[in-house]
Amino acid sequence: MAKNENVQDLHLKNLTKRYEDFTAVHDLTLTIPAGSFFALLGPSGCGKTTTLRMIAGLEEPTSGEILIGTENIVPFPPYKRPVNTVFQSYALFPHLTIYENVAFGLRRRGIKDVDKTVKEMLSLVELSTMAERKPAQLSGGQQQRVAVARALINKPDVLLLDEPLGALDLKLRRQMQLELKWIQKDVGTTFVHVTHDQEEAMTMADTVAVMNEGRIEQMGSPVEIYENPKTAFVANFLGQSNLFTGTVKGVDGDLVAVDVNGLTLYVPKGKTNITSGKIVIGVRPEKIKVVDVDTPNLPKNQIVGTISDNAFVGVSTQYVVESPWGQELSAFEQNVDPNDLGYKGNKVVLAWEPRNSFVLDPDEDLTAGIEPELVLN
Amino acid sequence: MTTLAKKRKIKTAYLLLIPGAAWLLFFFFFPLSSLLATSLKRPLGAAPEDGFAYALQFSNYSNAIAEYWPYFVRAFTYAGIATLVCILLAYPIAYYMAFKATKYKYLMLVLIVAPFFASFLLRTNAWKTILSADGFVVGFLNALGALPEERILSTSIAVVLGLIYNFLPFMILPLFISLDKIDKRLLEAAGDLYATGSQRFWKVVWPLSIPGVVSGVILTFIPASGDYINAQLLGGVSDKMIGNVIQSQFIILRNYPQASALSFSFMAVILVLIYLYLRRVGTKDLL
Repeated sequence: MAKNENVQDLHLKNLTKRYEDFTAVHDLTLTIPAGSFFALLGPSGCGKTTTLRMIAGLEEPTSGEILIGTENIVPFPPYKRPVNTVFQSYALFPHLTIYENVAFGLRRRGIKDVDKTVKEMLSLVELSTMAERKPAQLSGGQQQRVAVARALINKPDVLLLDEPLGALDLKLRRQMQLELKWIQKDVGTTFVHVTHDQEEAMTMADTVAVMNEGRIEQMGSPVEIYENPKTAFVANFLGQSNLFTGTVKGVDGDLVAVDVNGLTLYVPKGKTNITSGKIVIGVRPEKIKVVDVDTPNLPKNQIVGTISDNAFVGVSTQYVVESPWGQELSAFEQNVDPNDLGYKGNKVVLAWEPRNSFVLDPDEDLTAGIEPELVLN
Repeated sequence: MTTLAKKRKIKTAYLLLIPGAAWLLFFFFFPLSSLLATSLKRPLGAAPEDGFAYALQFSNYSNAIAEYWPYFVRAFTYAGIATLVCILLAYPIAYYMAFKATKYKYLMLVLIVAPFFASFLLRTNAWKTILSADGFVVGFLNALGALPEERILSTSIAVVLGLIYNFLPFMILPLFISLDKIDKRLLEAAGDLYATGSQRFWKVVWPLSIPGVVSGVILTFIPASGDYINAQLLGGVSDKMIGNVIQSQFIILRNYPQASALSFSFMAVILVLIYLYLRRVGTKDLL
C-alpha cells in the first residue's frame, strides 16, 4: 500500500470533558505530529479512552477544539472525520466475511471498485487466504489484524487504537506490537494508541503521554520519560522506582549533594534547578548494583541495607532491601554472574551512579501511581 | 475407563432419555396417530350417531381440499397480513427496548407480557366492545367517513385486528431478544466507517436481527392461521377461517373423519409454507 503523504498534525486545544459529577479530561492541550506513533498511557479511569472517543467523534467535548491541520473537526459527526478507530475487542461485523468487513468503509463512501484495494489491504495484514471467512472463524490475533485493515483501508489522517491488544495473550501481544509498529511505518498514518500497559506503550510509540486523572503528567520519548520521570506518578506507574525525600546540602562540582536521612546521595546538576531546601530524588531498581559490603570501587551513591526478600526471575534476581531508616528499596541484579548474596538478613551495599538518579517535582505524593496492594507492602 | 464403567455410562444416558421419549410418545405420537387413523375412517350411516369404521377413505382429504379451499386461502391471507403488520409494529417497539429504553427495558417487557395474565377469550371479547358500532372508535371513523361498511365488527378488518392484537407479543419477544444481543459497539464501528444512520440500520442491525424476524414470523403466522376465536367473535359469516371449519366439523357436525382430514391438510400446508419460507430467508440453523 502506498504511503499516505498528506497526513497532517493532530492538535488538541484545551480539550475538556465534564460529566455531571466529575471531570474525565481536564483542559488537555497537545500536538501529535503527523506520521508519529503516539501512545496515551494511564490507569483505567484516567481519561485516555474518553480523549480517544472525543477524537473519533463518539463523545462530544464539553469545551475545547480538536484540529487536524488547521480544521476543527469537533462539529463533524464520526463519519465525516478523517479518523478511523480500531475498537477494543475489535467490533468486527459478525455477519460479514473478512473481505466485506474490510470493504465496509469504502462501500459506505460509494466506491464501486473496491476489489484491488481490499486485496492489497488483506495482503498487508497477511490475511489474503482468510477473505471469505467470518470473524468468528479467526483467531484473536487474526481478528485484530482485520480490525486494523478495516480501519486503515480508508486512509485516515489519524488511526485511533483503543487498547488494541488487550484481548490477546502475552506472546501474541508481543508479536502484534512489532507488527503494528511495522504497519505504521509502512503506511505513514498517525497512530494514536490508548493503553494501560506501559511495556506496550514503550515498545511501540515514538512519543508516550502518561495520563492521570484527566491530565497529562508527562510526555516524551519512551527513553526520556522512563529515565527521567518528572512526577512520582510517572516514576511509579512506568516501571518501578525507589524515591527518596531529602534536603539539598550543596553543589559539588557537577553534582548536587542531597542529605537523605543522614546519608549523602548525588544527582547531576543538569537534572534540577533546585539548589536548596527540600528535594525528591529517585533511582530505577535495575540501575542499582547489589554487592557485598567492603567491595572496592563502588559508584558514588551507596546505601547499606539488609536483604528482606529476594526473588529469582530468570534474567534477573529481584531484591527487596531494607534501608537503615526502614524504607524498603527494590533492586534488580542481572544474572550475568550469579552471586550468592540472596539470603534474607544478609547485609549488602546498594550502589548506583549519580547520573542514573532522577529528580521529581517537589511536594509529590510518593505513592502516586502505585497499585494499592503494593503500597501495603 | 473400564468397559464396565463405559457400559454403565451408556445405560445412564438411555435412562435420562426416558422422560423425553415418553413425553413425545404420549403427547405427540399417540394423539397424531389417532388423528391420522380417524381422518381415514368412513361413516357407517348418514348421521354421526351411526358411528365410523376404520378404513382408508382418502376421499376425506380430496373432499377437504375441494370443498374448503377458500377457508384455507382466507386463513393464510388473514394470518399473512397480521404477521406483516406485526413485524411493522413490533420492530420499532423491540428496537426501542433494545437500544434506547435503558432503564425501562424490563418494565416494557413486563407490560408486553402482562395481557397474558387475562384469558385470550376475555381479551378478544373486550375488542368486541372497543369496536362496537356505538363505540368511539367506529363513531370517530364514521365521522371521517373512513368506513365503507360503516362498521368494523363482523368485517375482515376486525378479524385481522384481533389477530394482530393477540399475536403481537409473539413477534416482539423474539425480535427484542435478537436485537438486544447485538453488540452496541458495532453501531459505533459502522459510524466510524462512514455509515449514515439508515446504513447503520440496513447494513448492521437488520441483518443481525434476521433470526429474530424468522422466529417471530413462525411464532405469529402458525397460531394465527390456525386461530378460530378471532374470526368467531369479531368476524362475520363470510370471514370464517379454516380453524372455524375444523371447530364446527368436530364440535357441531361431529364429522370426525372430515375434521381430522382438514387438520392434517392444514398441518401439511403449514409445513410446506414454513419450509419454503426458511429456505428463502436462508436460516441454516433451523433447517
